[in-house]
Amino acid sequence: MRRPGRLLVWAAALFAVLLLIVPTLIVIPVSLGDQASFRFPPSGWSLRWYRQLVEEPAWRTTFGNSLLIATLSALTASVVGTAAALGLRRFLRSINREVVRSTLLIPLIVPEIVLAVGLYSFFLKIGLVGTLTGFVLAHATLGIPLVVTTVTASLAGFDPNLERAAASLGAGPWMTARRVTVPLILPGLLAGTLFAFILSLDNLVMSLFIQTPDLSTLPVLMWSSMTRDTDPTIAAAATVILLTTTVVLCAALTILGRRTTTERGPLL
Amino acid sequence: MADSSPFVGAGARRRLAPALVVPGLVIIGFVALYPLVLALLDSITQRDNGQSPYAWVFDNPVYLKIIWRTIVTALIVAGMCVLVGYPLAYVMATTRSARARSVLLLLVVLPFWTSFLVRVFAWLILFQPDGIVESVLQPFGFDGAILGSVWAPRIAMVQLLLPFMVLPMYATMRGIDPSLLRAAESLGASPREAFARIFLPLSLPGVGAGCLIVFIMSLGFYVAPALLGSPTTSLVGQAVFQQVGTLLNFGRGAALAAFLLAITLMVLGIAALMRRLLGSRTSDA
Repeated sequence: MRRPGRLLVWAAALFAVLLLIVPTLIVIPVSLGDQASFRFPPSGWSLRWYRQLVEEPAWRTTFGNSLLIATLSALTASVVGTAAALGLRRFLRSINREVVRSTLLIPLIVPEIVLAVGLYSFFLKIGLVGTLTGFVLAHATLGIPLVVTTVTASLAGFDPNLERAAASLGAGPWMTARRVTVPLILPGLLAGTLFAFILSLDNLVMSLFIQTPDLSTLPVLMWSSMTRDTDPTIAAAATVILLTTTVVLCAALTILGRRTTTERGPLL
Repeated sequence: MADSSPFVGAGARRRLAPALVVPGLVIIGFVALYPLVLALLDSITQRDNGQSPYAWVFDNPVYLKIIWRTIVTALIVAGMCVLVGYPLAYVMATTRSARARSVLLLLVVLPFWTSFLVRVFAWLILFQPDGIVESVLQPFGFDGAILGSVWAPRIAMVQLLLPFMVLPMYATMRGIDPSLLRAAESLGASPREAFARIFLPLSLPGVGAGCLIVFIMSLGFYVAPALLGSPTTSLVGQAVFQQVGTLLNFGRGAALAAFLLAITLMVLGIAALMRRLLGSRTSDA
């Protein structure tokens, strides 16, 4: 079915794809420039900004902090969010279920800057500003709705009779969860956890309020650097982040794609 | 029904199972809901020289202007996302090559997973004075600074939020039965007519869902406008940040945040109402 204007539609679609992908790639050549400028094309090439990234303690420390916070908050969001998604389907009255579900989705619906206002004054009062606990709690809160959503999506095609069958064959609740429920919701669970991890690694707005000079994260350092001066070290950091997420996503897609051949799963 | 299970303890487990939501509710209540309510209460009771933060917002035309600019920006960004994203979603949904579809899907999802901060930073490089965007625009008679203008954050926001528009549109379009279009054409409609009278109306729920997400996300944007705009093009997110982060005036910050929240909830309410009205109309028909 050749429609008139089909070519034009494809051209428009191509434009949208290029807009999505190409602008971000500019960080790569800029990170390889030899001058302290964001000029493109650079006047010469060098790896000095990568050396700076590795050698300067501030970048290393904040990167370590970010990884630790992202790991802890993603794990928290994963466990708590999965439990919540499993609990949600057991509500007998749908009105209760909807109230609980909406509450769990609050961090997704309310703008982050609005949440940050309340969070900052509250965390100041109870002394959680500048603490690991404060970061992990704040980031986990943003991650929970994502895990709830992706796990709920995997549960949509889930037959509860499988659990009943496991129970009837003598499996206890833990055994049933470990051998039946979790393997079946694993794609949603992994996607949600990965999403929560990346969200924490990238979080800026809440982190700006929680950070102190003693405890800060990579995005906060990148932000203060990019709002203050022209330092291509950020471009080097950005390139590293860009390549890492691309590799991780492609690996995750291959693994999850192999598990479910017909559906690409919740990652796509 | 479920409780009629003959196994000992299964019924009790089933009744206890809703308790699984408690940890999630506790964390969200502690970190999001309770502080938010507290901040809103503060904004109502706080007085600066006898003036309530809300009176302060209404007395300052600057802030009313900022709120208005934020709404306009969110509308423009959502509109531009529809224009740019619709053809892409259409091609993804209607192409008969499964390979092309999965490649396009991957290219839409990839930026979705890529750091927001990195993508905003890329626009900072592109918008530099005498940078790439300015040199491309120069032959068209554009001579001014794009960085710091009201359009720099808007263009970046369209690119940042485009996947949130394309994915719901794509999901809706995939659900449109292609035989409807063939039926229209067999009844004498031109392909253009079949698109305009069959495909387009059926794809509108996806467009609406995408617009809702993009509009709401645009309202609270801080990073892109703060980096690419200027104080004269400030949006509500920046104003909130300034009051709370820089001036430590929690009441005023919360009052501005309350406007954001009110607009968000109003839009969600209207969307839910529209869905109900449209839903009942189609089920009546």
